[in-house]
Amino acid sequence: MKSATPERLEPLKTDDYKFGFSDPEHYVFKSRKGLDREIVAEISWMKKEPEWMRDFRLKAFDIFNSKPMPNWGDTELMGQIDFQNMYYYLKPTEKIEADWSNVPDDIKRTFDKIGIPEAEQKFLAGVTAQYDSEAVYHSLRKELEAQGIVFMDMDSGLREHPDVVKKYFSTVIPPEDNKFAALNSAVWSGGSFVYIPKGVKVATPLQAYFRINSKNTGQFERTLIIADEGSSVHYIEGCTAPTYSSDSLHSAVVELIALPGSHLRYTTIQNWSNNVFNLVTKRAMAHRDSIVEWLDGNLGSKLTMKFPAVYLVGEGARGEILSCAMAGKGQHQDAGAKLVFAAPNTSGTIISKSVSKNGGRSSYRGLVKVYPNAANVKVNVRCDALLLDEESRSDTYPTMEINEESATVSHEATVSKVGEEQLFYLMSRGLKESDAVALIVNGFFEAFVKELPMEYAVELNRLIGMEMEGSVG
Amino acid sequence: MTPLLEVRGLHVEVEGKPILKGVDLAIQKGEVHALMGPNGSGKSTLSNTLMGHPKYRVTQGTLLYEGRDITGLSADERARAGIFLAFQYPTAIPGLSVTNFLRTVLKSIRGADVPVKDFRKELKDKMELLEMKGSFAGRYVNDGFSGGEKKRLEILQMALIRPRCAILDETDSGLDIDALKVVSEGINRLRSPGIGMLLITHYQRLLNYVQPDFVHVLVEGRVEHSGGKELALELESKGYDWIEEKAR
Repeated sequence: MKSATPERLEPLKTDDYKFGFSDPEHYVFKSRKGLDREIVAEISWMKKEPEWMRDFRLKAFDIFNSKPMPNWGDTELMGQIDFQNMYYYLKPTEKIEADWSNVPDDIKRTFDKIGIPEAEQKFLAGVTAQYDSEAVYHSLRKELEAQGIVFMDMDSGLREHPDVVKKYFSTVIPPEDNKFAALNSAVWSGGSFVYIPKGVKVATPLQAYFRINSKNTGQFERTLIIADEGSSVHYIEGCTAPTYSSDSLHSAVVELIALPGSHLRYTTIQNWSNNVFNLVTKRAMAHRDSIVEWLDGNLGSKLTMKFPAVYLVGEGARGEILSCAMAGKGQHQDAGAKLVFAAPNTSGTIISKSVSKNGGRSSYRGLVKVYPNAANVKVNVRCDALLLDEESRSDTYPTMEINEESATVSHEATVSKVGEEQLFYLMSRGLKESDAVALIVNGFFEAFVKELPMEYAVELNRLIGMEMEGSVG
Repeated sequence: MTPLLEVRGLHVEVEGKPILKGVDLAIQKGEVHALMGPNGSGKSTLSNTLMGHPKYRVTQGTLLYEGRDITGLSADERARAGIFLAFQYPTAIPGLSVTNFLRTVLKSIRGADVPVKDFRKELKDKMELLEMKGSFAGRYVNDGFSGGEKKRLEILQMALIRPRCAILDETDSGLDIDALKVVSEGINRLRSPGIGMLLITHYQRLLNYVQPDFVHVLVEGRVEHSGGKELALELESKGYDWIEEKAR
C-alpha cells in the first residue's frame, strides 16, 4: 500500500463546521417517523427483498426491542437517543445512477463541496458514494470487474449476489450481538458489498463516501467485505455529515471476512457533526495466515462508541488496529479496539491515539482476549492520550483476559499535555497559537496519518487544523 | 539612527521572582553584540523576554524594535516582524517532520506559500552548507536529536527565515569543536548590513569564530560592563569576578 505524509498543514479560515450545509430534500420515498414492525416490513418491501431478508429484519427488530440499552459506557448521552423521533428509511432517487451525468444537480453540489469529483479524478479505483440511504452514484472500473471484483452498495449486492450475501451476512456480527447491531439488522440500508476473488490483489484502494443529509435520519449502512483466499484489498470510507439542530443516529454494522492467506485493510475517517450519535459495530474474522488491519479515525459526533475488533480464528493470522480520536466540547469519543485470539501463533497490535480539548472527553476501551490453547500469541497494546487543556478528560479502560500461559502481552499507556515550551517554540517561528497546536496534534496523530493515502492524510490534517481554529487562545 | 533593537530599563519577573533589574542595550543593523555573563545572571531570561515567552513578565521598561514598542506583542507577532531566537534547548515535536515544520514556518514568516520545488532547492542548499545529511529533513523536529543536531537545526531555520534581528542563546553549548566550526560558519554567512545579532554565551570560544563588534557583561540582572571584542578575551583570562566585584 502506498502511503505518504502531506507536505504541510494548511489551516482553514472558518470556525464553522465546514460541511454544515444541506440541500433541499428531494426524496422519492421517505418512511414515516419512528419504528415498528410495519416500518421494518415496509423497508424490506420497498427494496423488493427476498423473504429470508425480510424475516431476518423482523427477527432482528424483536431482538432490538427485547434488549435493554447498554448499562456501560456513556449511559447519560445514550439516554438522549429518541428512537421514535427518527426516520429509518429514505430513498433519494429512484435508481442507482450508472454514470455521473445523471446524478441530480443538488446532490452533485453536495459532493462537490466534499470533494468527490476530485477524488474521482485522482483515484483509479471505483467510487461508490452513499447519499443518505442509497448509493446514487456508482462507478466501477472495468479492470476491477474483469478481475471478478464485486464492489457495490449492499442492496445491489443482495439482488445480484444473493448466494454470497446469504452465506456470509451477519455471520460475523449477529443481531444478538448488541442492541445497536440488532437495530441495524432490522433497518439497514446501503453500505458496501465487496468480494475479492481468490488470489486477486487490488492495487488501488476501493473507496466509498458516506453522508447524512436529512434531519433526524438514522443512517444504518451495512457493509460486508469478503477477501477470498490469497487476495488483498484496501477499502476506504470517509464520512462527513452536515450540522443539524436535532440529533441524528448513525449505527452501522461492518463485517469483514479475511479468508486464508488474504490481506484486508479497512480505513475510515469519520467527521460527524456534533449532534450525531455514532454507535457502530465493526468486526473482522481473520482466518489462517490472513492479515486484517483497521484504521479508524474519529472526529466530531456527540457520542461515538466504536471498538473495531479482529477475531483471530485461524493459525498464523494477524490483526492490527490503529485508531485516533479527537473529542471537543460536549463530545465523548468512546473508542478503542478488541483483539480476540482463538488460534495458535496469532499476533496483533493495537495503537490508539486520542486528543481531548475544550472539555471534550475521550476514552480508550480495549479488550485483549486469549483463549486457552491459543499458543504463542503475541500482542502489543499502546494507547496515548493528549490533553489540550485542564477541562478535558481522558480515561483508559483496558481489559485483558489471558487464559494461555505462552502468550506475550505488552501494554503501554501515556497521557500528556501540550507543553508551554512546545507552543512557545513553534510560535517563536511565526505560527499563530492555533496553528502551533494543530501542528503538535498532527504530529501526535502521525503514526496514524502516515498509513493513509496522501489525499486522505491531507484531508485529515485539514480537519484537525479546522478543529483547532477558535479552540485556543 | 533608530536602533534595530533597543532595550530600555528592562525589569523582568519569572513566576514572581525579579531576574532582570534594569537592562539597557541598543543594537544597530549590521552589528553583532555578544552578551556574556556568569550562570544565573539573567542571560536566558533576556532572550526569552525579547522573543515574548509568556512566562516572562515585563514589570518595567520597554522593548523597542525598529523604533516600535513590542512589549505587548506575542511571540508569533515578533517572529513575523523579523525577530528570531535560536534556542538554547530547542523543544522536540514528535511526529512533525523537519520538512513540514520548515515549510509551515516559511509560509507564516513570508505570508505566502513557497512553491515545493523552490523550497526543496533552498532547503537542500542550506543543509549542505551546514553539513547536514538529506535524511535529516525526514526526521521529527528535535526528536532524539543530539545536541549538535539541535543547534544545526536552529541555524538552518535562521538561514531560511533570514530574520532582521537574531538572538542566539548559548548556541555554542553542547557542541564539539567540529560542530562549533560549522555552526559558526553558518552564523558568519548570515552576517550582513541588514541584520543585527545578539550572541548570548557563557564562554568566549564561540567568539573566536564569530567576532562581535561589542561585548556586554550581564551580572545580576544588569549590564555592568560593555566594550569591544577584546573584552571577551579579558573575561576569558580574568573570569567574571572582577566585574561582579565592581557591581557591588
